[in-house]
Amino acid sequence: MNRFEYIKAPSVGEAIKMMNSTVPEAIINANKGGAHIVKAAGVDLLDLIKEGVVSPDRVIDLRQIPGLDKLNFDQQNGLSFGPMVTIATLAENKEVYKNYRALHEATAHAATPQIRNMATMGGNLMQRPRCWYFRSEGHHCLKKGGDVCFAQKGQNQLHAIFDTQICPCVHPSSIATALVAFDAKVELSGPDGKRNLLLSEFFTLPEANVTCENNAQSKEIITNITLPVLKPGTRSFYIKQGQRESYDWSMGDVAVVLEMEGKQCKTARIVLGAAAPVPMRASKAEALLKGKTITEKLAAKAGELAVEGATPMEHNHYKIQLFKTLVKRSILAAV
Amino acid sequence: MADINKKKIVLPLAPNEEFGSVKHLNTKKIKLPHGIPGHNLTEIEREVSADEPPALAVNDQLSVVGKRTKRIDAIYKVTGAAKYTSDIQLPGMLYGKFLRSPHPHAKIKSIDVSAAERHRGVHAVHILSVEPGGAVQRDNGHDAPAETYHVDKLPVLRYVGQPIAGVAAISDKVAREAVQLIKVEYETLPFVVDLDEAMKKGAPLVFEEKVEQQQTGGDVGGEAGAGQQGNLRGPSIGSFYGGPRGDVDQGFNESDIVVEGEFRTQVQTHCALETHGIVADWQTNMLTIYASTQSTKSVRNDLAELFDLPLSKVRVITEYMGGGFGAKFGAGHFGVMAVVLSKKSGHPVKLMLDRKEEQTTAGNRPNSQQMLKIGVKKDGTLQAIDLTSYGTAGIGLGAGVGRVAQDMYTCSNFRMAQYDVFTHAGPGAAFRAPGNVQGCFALEQLIDEIAEKLNLDPLAYRDKIDQSEIRKVERKKGAEKFGWKRKQPGSDSGVVKKGIGVAQGHWPRIIHVDSSATVRINKGGSVEIMSGVQDIGTGTKTILAQVVAEELGLKAEDITVKIGDTTYPDGPGSGGSVTAGSITPAARNAAYQAKMQLLGQVAGGWQVEIADLDMEKGEIFAKSDTSKRMSFVDATKKMRTNQIMATASRPDDYGGFEVGNAIGYDRLGSVQFAEVSVDTETGVIKVDRVVAAHSCGRPLNPLQIESQINGGVIMGVGYALYEDRIMDKETGYMVNANLDQYKLPYSKEIPHIENIIIEQYGAHSSTDASGIGEPANVATAAAIANAVYNAIGVRIYELPMTPDKVLAALQVI
Ligand SMILES: Cc1cc2nc3c(=O)[nH]c(=O)nc-3n(C[C@H](O)[C@H](O)[C@H](O)COP(=O)(O)OP(=O)(O)OC[C@H]3O[C@@H](n4cnc5c(N)ncnc54)[C@H](O)[C@@H]3O)c2cc1C
Repeated sequence: MNRFEYIKAPSVGEAIKMMNSTVPEAIINANKGGAHIVKAAGVDLLDLIKEGVVSPDRVIDLRQIPGLDKLNFDQQNGLSFGPMVTIATLAENKEVYKNYRALHEATAHAATPQIRNMATMGGNLMQRPRCWYFRSEGHHCLKKGGDVCFAQKGQNQLHAIFDTQICPCVHPSSIATALVAFDAKVELSGPDGKRNLLLSEFFTLPEANVTCENNAQSKEIITNITLPVLKPGTRSFYIKQGQRESYDWSMGDVAVVLEMEGKQCKTARIVLGAAAPVPMRASKAEALLKGKTITEKLAAKAGELAVEGATPMEHNHYKIQLFKTLVKRSILAAV
Repeated sequence: MADINKKKIVLPLAPNEEFGSVKHLNTKKIKLPHGIPGHNLTEIEREVSADEPPALAVNDQLSVVGKRTKRIDAIYKVTGAAKYTSDIQLPGMLYGKFLRSPHPHAKIKSIDVSAAERHRGVHAVHILSVEPGGAVQRDNGHDAPAETYHVDKLPVLRYVGQPIAGVAAISDKVAREAVQLIKVEYETLPFVVDLDEAMKKGAPLVFEEKVEQQQTGGDVGGEAGAGQQGNLRGPSIGSFYGGPRGDVDQGFNESDIVVEGEFRTQVQTHCALETHGIVADWQTNMLTIYASTQSTKSVRNDLAELFDLPLSKVRVITEYMGGGFGAKFGAGHFGVMAVVLSKKSGHPVKLMLDRKEEQTTAGNRPNSQQMLKIGVKKDGTLQAIDLTSYGTAGIGLGAGVGRVAQDMYTCSNFRMAQYDVFTHAGPGAAFRAPGNVQGCFALEQLIDEIAEKLNLDPLAYRDKIDQSEIRKVERKKGAEKFGWKRKQPGSDSGVVKKGIGVAQGHWPRIIHVDSSATVRINKGGSVEIMSGVQDIGTGTKTILAQVVAEELGLKAEDITVKIGDTTYPDGPGSGGSVTAGSITPAARNAAYQAKMQLLGQVAGGWQVEIADLDMEKGEIFAKSDTSKRMSFVDATKKMRTNQIMATASRPDDYGGFEVGNAIGYDRLGSVQFAEVSVDTETGVIKVDRVVAAHSCGRPLNPLQIESQINGGVIMGVGYALYEDRIMDKETGYMVNANLDQYKLPYSKEIPHIENIIIEQYGAHSSTDASGIGEPANVATAAAIANAVYNAIGVRIYELPMTPDKVLAALQVI
């Protein structure tokens, strides 16, 4: 860990003034030094600093900024929460359980109880991938501005099975899988004001920029997250499979949001986590369910379609079967 | 026993060149309990030295020994009063930190430590030329181990993480900064980290010349003078149980059924709660060491030899210890470095490894590839066993797969060839039942396959081929508790299939005769026991208190236990499951001798014979005249000296040893039953339940034994399903060197565990106790593997049994 300056930002505006880079920028510009970056609970950031992956000059704490830890729900506007809302807060919220079951499942199955109590949702969406090459001081990989992706020929058992050509890191947030399924939006605040965009547009593929998993700008922070009101009859579920049942990262996770009319599925949103560099919509599977009565057979067929076109790597063929199963089971659990 | 192979077989944990069995001036004959209560308990007569205490009755006739007894130091541990090595703070203490190799194989062209030396707060910098702990090349001028700390040679780097240089500074942070200031120019060389690749012709060589290694553990492999070709060293064709037997080819010819299989096990890294570490305080009159070690005397002996000090000038202290599973013997590279830095700086130096260093440099269970072939007659009689194994302990030796195939079942034709394969990876070390855990995974699956071919239940078949009375009882009691009722393999309906399996474990009964203790009775009635033996978390302190209390008619909490300090008489190392069996007889004998001195004084006062006196419930009384009675405390007040004291060492086993001065008759048997659920759509295995039946001679403290069994089973679950050192072949790094990505079993992975402790008397010593730590871990993975087979009807031949392997076996992928 390097020596750095620590400042508590009094307001969003001040924080934006003080910061000069995102963590991804600080990593690729390491040789220039002078990075001023923001911190929430520090769960991910301190890990990166300790491993020597990022060495900021200044760390700006957002935690004490008033108003960023509010959560609201009403039937007119849906769910909205600030970036400092913790995972535990979401996991324990009754309205979330009632209305956004998949989000409840995703938050309740993320990390450990201790981490859920600290970790914030802003930080969760901005955390960096768990790829062991990216996390290792000894591997200067594409994501860190190097010119090799070690996972291509290396130990890729936990990597992606879609969009693997450039950098097959999977997005580390398993909660994002559920958020994308609910069409969540993020509000970003920067020097020029605020912008709102779908989480699915906020996340970006390596093709766009391999060093970064989203399009947050150097002086932008997440200031709000919203989930729309759901149509009546909407049902959802989420399943995550880790190597362990006790706290673990996702080998594969699936969120399913179904708008039902009686026994019929009107529309479906199915999202795969830890399958691709970003949470991935399984559009063919979604299309299959549209207008049909959900049966076990149909759910299994959706599972098949969800992995169509996958390009598994040397050590992760098992993920195909895993996602087939998780898609099927989540659909059946949702209805 | 058949002809032992020609070369010398090194006994584990025992000095090689010592006198054989001991003769006694006077002997007596005593009758001791022998066998298993409720099964075959009898008495046996042994001729023992005249100063041995009388035979100890079976447990239910005793008041302290054999009773569930709370740890006497539990209160200090839970309140934080217990100080572990990592808690030690000394005035002026500095913090040590290593510069470690970023390359799997390299030469150092140049190294410049001047900036580190100039860095503010740095007191000393030192370059380590040869790392203790790994194999050492003999004929390039490094005559191990005495030269290991010389400054003038630059080390050849053979794995990522190998120590290069150390820094001592006023804080951990400053030390880390200084390490980064050391400039090194490397010449990188080709490397190999994979077992199969390393065996190929033309693979990069780890050692150019022949190597040897000092042994610390109970592993097979690594014998002195073995052959070496390329990265392959061996074979080992024997163990302390002897060499090849009979004619194996003939045996196969005469077999009706032959089964064979190739089994693979992974590298498991040590993950003790407390990492390796030392605080070294070099003073002109004494070198004082605080160490997280399994053997205080091994640290003292290493350092005395390396730094040319008499044994009397090195003191090693391990008051509390945060766990060790075989890798914490000797000074270690960090210990040598801490001492050099302390000597150079004139300050105490603390050097604790961090988790990454722990997992990459501080020892691991080597992996294995085992080709096992067994031939049997139609009636199931074992005709021939043939074992070939390869395994890598990285730059170290001792990757054998133990002695289970050789010794668990009777088979007159046996042959094995166990090879070490060098790779550019951190050195292996002993690890909870080294070798036998790997070997058991193969043997016990193949025995199940034979049973199936013979159409026999796995337990019924073992009843037939297993000579061990202990395991016979364990199978019976275990099957009852478990509710052993097996479906046809793969016949469970549904997606999540349940299955049950059983496997047996085997571990030698090893004794360390260099185990001594002093018992001291003070005026006023306080009693102390003192020994260099350490309590590594197993509860050694508590069993010592129990044994002394039993002898003196007191309570365990009346005894003050002072151990873990080489100032006291040497104790055994805590490895090989030797501790309880080695130190408790010494403790009881010392207590008995001190008691005789006290009773001698009382007898003089009361004008009775010593033999007429005894101690019970805090009192001394005459058996012939019960009105003659005095409390123990009052009696001590009348002692002629302020203290009475006696020291005793572990005598030979009553009835002698099976091999050398260390290997006893009897084995430590175990039988474990597992129930699993296998999700056939995801490949995920869950262990639901384990019943573990174990023997450890006379059980001294069932509460602590249960803890050991629980721990062994949990570790076995981790080994079976989760843990794996993942090496990147392209860069030579361990990519999961942290406790996030290296998967240990946590709360939800732990099955429901039930224990059965068999009380078994072998009449081997004055306490007749044996160890339990290692046996607890031997059979678990094999039992789980057999249960998985029973659930899904296909066998998994490789550990850990992760979803990808299960799905592949089911041919889903
Ligand atoms: C053992 C372990 C297990 C875990 N398991 C899971 C899991 O199963 N599923 C899962 O989803 N996550 C998991 N996590 C990740 C964890 O949820 C995140 O690390 C945590 O949410 C990060 O939040 P934080 O507040 O600590 O962020 P910090 O560490 O403070 O920040 C993380 C990043 O976000 C940036 N940042 C923080 N707040 C903002 C903001 N408002 N705007 C812009 N940038 C911001 C920081 O600059 C930094 O780059 C796990 C973590 C651990 C350690």
